[in-house]
Amino acid sequence: MLKDITLGQFFPGDTIVHRLDPRTKILLVLLYIVALFLAVGWLGYGLSVLALVGGMALSKITPRNLFKGLKPLIFIISLTAAINLFYTGGTPILPGWIVTWEGIDRALKMVLRIVLLVTGTFLLTYTTSPMALTDGLELLMKPLKKVRFPVHEMTIMMSMALRFIPTLIEETDRIISAQRARGADFETGGLIRRAKALLPILVPLIVSAFNRAYDLATAMESRCYHGGEGRTRMKQLKLKRVDFAALALGAAYMTAAVLLRNYGI
Amino acid sequence: MDGIIQFEKVHFKYPEDQRESLRDVSLTIREGSFTAVLGRNGSGKSTLAKHMNAILLPTEGRVLVAGIDTADAPRLLELRRQVGMVFQNPDNQIVANVVEDDVAFAPENLGLPPEEIRRRVDAALEQVGMLEYRLHAPHLLSGGQKQRVAIAGVIAMEPRIIVLDEPTAMLDPQGRREVLSTVLRLRREKGMTVVLVTHHMDECIPADRLLVLSEGRIAADGTPEEIFSQDALLRDLGLDLPETARLLRDLRQAGLELPGGALDLEGCAQAVAAVLN
Repeated sequence: MLKDITLGQFFPGDTIVHRLDPRTKILLVLLYIVALFLAVGWLGYGLSVLALVGGMALSKITPRNLFKGLKPLIFIISLTAAINLFYTGGTPILPGWIVTWEGIDRALKMVLRIVLLVTGTFLLTYTTSPMALTDGLELLMKPLKKVRFPVHEMTIMMSMALRFIPTLIEETDRIISAQRARGADFETGGLIRRAKALLPILVPLIVSAFNRAYDLATAMESRCYHGGEGRTRMKQLKLKRVDFAALALGAAYMTAAVLLRNYGI
Repeated sequence: MDGIIQFEKVHFKYPEDQRESLRDVSLTIREGSFTAVLGRNGSGKSTLAKHMNAILLPTEGRVLVAGIDTADAPRLLELRRQVGMVFQNPDNQIVANVVEDDVAFAPENLGLPPEEIRRRVDAALEQVGMLEYRLHAPHLLSGGQKQRVAIAGVIAMEPRIIVLDEPTAMLDPQGRREVLSTVLRLRREKGMTVVLVTHHMDECIPADRLLVLSEGRIAADGTPEEIFSQDALLRDLGLDLPETARLLRDLRQAGLELPGGALDLEGCAQAVAAVLN
């Protein structure tokens, strides 16, 4: 039942997008997000759709995989659509109706914005291994060390969290089976009853996560871990020509997004 | 008396416990030897192992490893890179999502240049027979494979000593065999000093020295042959004989004259065959 969690999922591959430096990909996604929030008119949104489709084609990630990740967000998306649809003032589509033309326009744009936002970031995590992703983040945030921001600590926590997602999912499945075997019922009853039924899963899971954390810390120390100080990496990240080309393309895209916003289209 | 690991009158008590977990333990382990540590749950065998790379420090007495006092904080890294420690649960000691990245963890912590890390990672994976899995995700491997990755992860430090704290306790028989033969090979090929903590009698047989711990004390110390021939002692300590030793003992009691000594499967079979012929 927990197998379809897509968080942090990575589809290995050997496309040009997979080969890009993680730093390039992170920066491009940031540009993409900013551009998305700059968009006001349909042309602006069209530009973002173009970017997404381009990235999707180059990375050979199928639309099905990309949109699968949207499933948990259906509720939020529908809610956003409904609120914008019913609470935007303007010209009613029929005299006396609450739904306005402006409302339809805004609802569509909001839905598109969320979908583009989420699928765009999925494109990053789908094509970049978690290790490369955290390495890229660590290097990009390096300047923040000057203001004493714990960059290394944050990225190592992130990579450990990603490492333990499959282990903890497996464990949760095991606990659920064990509680079921003891007659626990997770499927019937009202919301409160079901929420209460989760308690016998969460308590052992949290206890075991703490034990694991303790073991892990001991094992890391035994392998000479002593923070980011003096640590080197086996896989050195290096910007290649294709990275500079991609970044140039990103800059052009950004300029276009700003121009479109200035003209309000 | 110059061993690579030296315990001098070591006492240890966990802060939350009343009783001491180690009581007056003195011992010397020679470089290049294979020592098995046997004991029931709560006998202090894990505590003993954790003193060997300064995860725990003695409350009294001292521990010297490769000439370094484990309480010497400034030399902690120098000490730990010489002692590879493998734990019971393979899941909790693997730190990366890809096998080779995990093996690279320790050499990266040591600040080695990238080419040297690459060389060590490949060599370590080769030694445990996991090279072909180097790009796999650890959580999809079997228990025995995971544990071999964990072993590769510590031998990438190129330590002189490898301490294994019940490495097979969570594995199936197949995984146990894989791990044990890997350990034996490391000793044979790299001349590593091996300390194996276990509660499986038969895993002690290939060792050249066997320590039995009971209630925090060393209750017996000798070769596996010596110790497994002392029926009464083992009974007092609540330990069973390995299957081969039990067979030989039973045959002797039944009146057969068997040559003593051998405990491994091969030796046992030969002894029985010699009498039958």
